[in-house]
Amino acid sequence: MSTHAEAVEQHVGGASTKAFITVWIALLVMTGIEVFLAYEQIPVLIFLTALVGLSVIKAALIIAYFMHLKFERLSLFLTLFPMLILCIILMLLMFMPDSSRLMMMRPQ
Amino acid sequence: MSEANTMTVTSVWEGGRRPYAVNSKKFGMWLFIISDALTFSALLMAYTYVRLATPNWPMPFHFSPSIIFSTVMTVCLLSSSLTMVMAVHAANHGNRKSAVGWILATMVGGAAFVVLHLTEWLGLINNEHVTPFDNPWGVPLFGGTFFALTGLHMTHVIIGIIYLGIIAIGTGSAKFKLEDVEVSGLYWHFVDLVWMFIFPLVYLMSAKI
Repeated sequence: MSTHAEAVEQHVGGASTKAFITVWIALLVMTGIEVFLAYEQIPVLIFLTALVGLSVIKAALIIAYFMHLKFERLSLFLTLFPMLILCIILMLLMFMPDSSRLMMMRPQ
Repeated sequence: MSEANTMTVTSVWEGGRRPYAVNSKKFGMWLFIISDALTFSALLMAYTYVRLATPNWPMPFHFSPSIIFSTVMTVCLLSSSLTMVMAVHAANHGNRKSAVGWILATMVGGAAFVVLHLTEWLGLINNEHVTPFDNPWGVPLFGGTFFALTGLHMTHVIIGIIYLGIIAIGTGSAKFKLEDVEVSGLYWHFVDLVWMFIFPLVYLMSAKI
């Protein structure tokens, strides 16, 4: 019986309530870590890497579990996300080197 | 009969079938989300570009009240995402009453976010004298990029609250299909997702760099 209930749960909801609460707690913990790191004496590069890394992990968890993409067909993911990621990479490649150059040109 | 026996299994891409196995409303919302994600990516990129390129970038976000406020706002949005997931879960199980209750809880979380954000904005405008076009540090691009980015996000949250209100009424009166709850949930989670980048890049970075 329980096996049948679990099968229904997987079919209509994709994940259980417990999984959703676990993801929510993980998101809160990562937010706490971000705030904690902002007031710790750590090198800027490590701080920035941790901040962006944690944000990407949080976004991935929201997309996978809350937005249900983990339980959709792979074709949906492949249609939507590669071009989004490519566009973001292109923007990064175009703008970031120039902004870094301007940063280096600042009067000391 | 003999014709049916001779039919071969065709690909889902040859027409007449649903290759993504999602309804058209859901697919439409996904397409909107991807295009909106590009808009926010461009704005975040512009903010970061201007920030890196401008000497003496202002850092008016003190721990109290700005970082405390923005952290509480993050908790509000994350919690509202959990209640939205519960609404979708209830809708998927055919429980309209429960779904409406969870949607209303989500709207409360969103409203709390907007109230806190507006309070923080007013603090910046009244105490630090920051406007979209001017500020005491002589870096007008700070106000322009900050208010454009957070303002567009707050507009999305306000539209989301109205959208959820319509969905709650339609779901409660059985005028809307239960799948509409899931489609509205996608939008709400996207709004939450965008804040996961604005919060560290705009507020937390101000604490250190």
